[in-house]
Amino acid sequence: MKVALLRYPGTWSERDFQHAFSLVPGVETEIVWHEDAGDLARFDAAIVPGGFSYGDYVRAGAIARLSPATKSLCRFAEEGRPVLGSCNGFQILCEAGLLPGALLRNAGLEYRCDWVHVRVESDRTPWTRGLGGQVLRMPIGHGEGQWVADAETVAMVEAEGRVVFRYTDERGAATLEANPNGSVANIAGVRSAAGNVVGLMPHPERCVEALLGGTDGYRVLANLLPEPVGTGPALYMER
Amino acid sequence: MVTGTMTAKPDLPREAGLTPFEAERVRALAGREPNPLEWAMFGAMWSEHCAYKHSRPLLRSLPSRGPRVAVGPGENAGAVDLGDGLLCVFKVESHNHPSAVEPNQGAATGVGGILRDVFAMGARPVALLNALFFGDPSEARTRRYVSGVVGGIGSYGNCVGIPDVAGHVSFEPCYAGNPLVNAMCVGLVRRERLRFANSARPGSAVYLVGSDTGRDGIAGASLLASFELGEGGEEHRPSVQVGNPFLEKLLMEATLELVERDAAEAIQDLGAAGLTCATSEVAARSRAGMRIDVETVPRRAQGMTPYEVMLSESQERMLVVARPGRERDVEDVFRRWELHGVRIGTVTDDGMLTVTSAGEVVATLEPRWLADDAPEYDVRAWAEAPDPAGGGAAEPTVRTEGAPLQKVGLELLELLACPAVASRRVLYRTYDQMVGTDTVLGPGADAGVLRMKGRRDGVAVCIDAQPRVAAIDPFVGAASAVAEALRNLVCVGATPLAITDCLNLGNPERPAGAWQLERTVAGVKAACEALGVPVVSGNVSLYNATRGRDIWPTAVIGAVGHLADVASHIPVTSGRRGDAVLLAGSAAVSLGASAYGARLGMHEGPVAIDLALEARLHRFVLAAHAAGLVRAAHDRSEGGLAVALAELALRDGVGMRVTLPAVRGIDRRVALFGEGPSGVVLVVDPAHADALRVIAEAEGVPLWTLGAIGGDLLEVAPVLGVPVASLADAHGHGLARTLGREA
Repeated sequence: MKVALLRYPGTWSERDFQHAFSLVPGVETEIVWHEDAGDLARFDAAIVPGGFSYGDYVRAGAIARLSPATKSLCRFAEEGRPVLGSCNGFQILCEAGLLPGALLRNAGLEYRCDWVHVRVESDRTPWTRGLGGQVLRMPIGHGEGQWVADAETVAMVEAEGRVVFRYTDERGAATLEANPNGSVANIAGVRSAAGNVVGLMPHPERCVEALLGGTDGYRVLANLLPEPVGTGPALYMER
Repeated sequence: MVTGTMTAKPDLPREAGLTPFEAERVRALAGREPNPLEWAMFGAMWSEHCAYKHSRPLLRSLPSRGPRVAVGPGENAGAVDLGDGLLCVFKVESHNHPSAVEPNQGAATGVGGILRDVFAMGARPVALLNALFFGDPSEARTRRYVSGVVGGIGSYGNCVGIPDVAGHVSFEPCYAGNPLVNAMCVGLVRRERLRFANSARPGSAVYLVGSDTGRDGIAGASLLASFELGEGGEEHRPSVQVGNPFLEKLLMEATLELVERDAAEAIQDLGAAGLTCATSEVAARSRAGMRIDVETVPRRAQGMTPYEVMLSESQERMLVVARPGRERDVEDVFRRWELHGVRIGTVTDDGMLTVTSAGEVVATLEPRWLADDAPEYDVRAWAEAPDPAGGGAAEPTVRTEGAPLQKVGLELLELLACPAVASRRVLYRTYDQMVGTDTVLGPGADAGVLRMKGRRDGVAVCIDAQPRVAAIDPFVGAASAVAEALRNLVCVGATPLAITDCLNLGNPERPAGAWQLERTVAGVKAACEALGVPVVSGNVSLYNATRGRDIWPTAVIGAVGHLADVASHIPVTSGRRGDAVLLAGSAAVSLGASAYGARLGMHEGPVAIDLALEARLHRFVLAAHAAGLVRAAHDRSEGGLAVALAELALRDGVGMRVTLPAVRGIDRRVALFGEGPSGVVLVVDPAHADALRVIAEAEGVPLWTLGAIGGDLLEVAPVLGVPVASLADAHGHGLARTLGREA
């Protein structure tokens, strides 16, 4: 299993993803510079990591959309291969039209870095198989994570079961307080119609080791394998 | 007033910020009258900011050597050896005056500058810290400063993708018009990849890479950073640089790739005094000359003069000297990272820094005149303690003894919510604390803890200051800041390795300012010697004053410690029900310089620190942790013992039942809220209490058993019983409420 980690100018989560996948047996990764991403055929899956591509000076993800890497990513997705965009990667996937909706500045206007809970709403993706209904604890770190869409799109996304993650409290209730950025209907992540493309604002790569406070991200990333391997005991640190 | 047709001859040295004495020295060195550009270059390089004129003789007295020191003061940053060939590079630096004039860009570019100091040495930055000092947070002006500065730090660090892992924030009236913004960066580098600016060889090509050069920040070092801010600081706004963190990120990756490919022989960031500083320092340190052509420097604006190009402080620029024959590799790396990098000159063997423009020589000076030959002033010659000097046993202005105790629960809640004590989360949650996936403990813990991928050991970092104590006695304040920073490392289980210091003071030309500077350095020195840590890097920011009133002497201490096994750091926990709660160290506390006292308008001495006890306390806590006895540890700092206990209870929301240590002459209120150095609260399994006592006795550290973990209340018998949930609400929301951000 070979995973491409796309690197645009300003991307900063690619090395974090590389480390996270290094803990998943059987997954190889390669960081791919956006100019060298014309052909992704040798990869089985692709990650669009977080960061500030092109400084996000226009609108998060808006310039990255124009990169040749994004065009080949679209082809890659059309072929049905798994794509995961986190944080700025989610913004890029929305800007590229691979995912519905758009991400605006947080309702509180400030960047927010924190731990949040999300409930897995759809297990019909390569990243969430077997996780349906589970409440995961993951970090966020973003200034533009307010997912919005017109009413019609929201209704479509909900009706087709394309909401993948929803911000909730630790018991799984989608409350106002649990929504860190004002996203419509507490939506934290969505998928493409086919299900192979998923975007989310939280950072699964930041929670793959107990030493750093949690391992729920490992469950998402390890899902890529045909037989997902549970969190290895070596990763656990009993408090 | 008579005005003639003749224009008065401009006083060039004075306009460059030089005194008549300094101007004479320049003429003597050059053996001629410099031209206007040369005067400006001297002015920038001989500014307080670049040359440390008033502090250098004192700074030499600081201990800077030790078995773990890999790079001492004088380089872009200092470094300690972590073992197995890995070095930890770090430095703290001020960006006070730019932040006072333009808080957002001033703070942002402060972060940018300290990042470049670290990656210019070939180290990958892994953590940022900051120490911020503002006026009263209920004032509108302070709120503007807070949101500007915090927003600037966040927007820059978040975009570059370096986590913010620890910090310090003070709110005191003396900073109202002159806030302090000190930023610290920590990086890691393999020893063989460490780069210095001292290895440029004649014939090598000199590149300027990064941002195009504009008219921003011209002469910022000499004119803005090295004098007091006057009325109408807005006039200086053009002297403040504008940051571009996206470009910084590319510049960082490109620089690290140049180092990895070993294509550069010298790298220097452009900070204060811009191209003048970078070219003269690389040439001086390499004992070489350099010839550059300002016409080749890419510009943002048309019609820029050589003066503007040489003195611009445009951000996100690096000077790179290519290894001979590797010019193409250097250019490839620039291109790959989509950076504008051009060859602007050559290293020469004539020993002169020569600047040309359109084929003409516009400046020619020996680099060391600029970089090394600035005068030094020994402030001890005119230092004089202000009257009254403080520190004496004056009559207390406010008496608290005998006041009824039934309201202490309420007092504790008010104290927990007050700006000196309340959680800083409302500020630090806007900084990314986890990017890089190395943050084991982030802001809110006694110290930040970082793991290093592929290694078992870890690094602990923190940044502290004690301005309220220093206002009474700058020596004790500075020593206490060092002690607190190291104590915080010890509280996460880390062995202190070294510190970096940023000394923020007022005007050193006044006797009181000179005295404060001398006492502050003496305090840092005494504490470092007693506690066994060297100072490996640092920065001095003088002339922090508004309308002739100096700030309190503010020694900011950034400390780095080592954990042999990062997984077994002392965690942030309340402990388990039934665990014993103890106080180790000193129970000698007072309200004079405390946060509690401040709320009553009290600010008085005496203040003191027993550095020998402090050293024993550190050894004791580390020995107890090494023996596996410590479940939790927390420094007793702002708010005293009561706040330290409350903050422990908050960690997991578990209460405790304790009594106060009985100390003669200290009444209950003082025992609860009084502050003093050398105190650590420990939580241990009761089965380990005896073993702990044995170690304490061996190290000569007093130990008081206070009580036990359990219940939903913080109970201090017989005076106090407050639900932990109420403590959490006060502590968690106090600062946001004071800043007017939430109801």
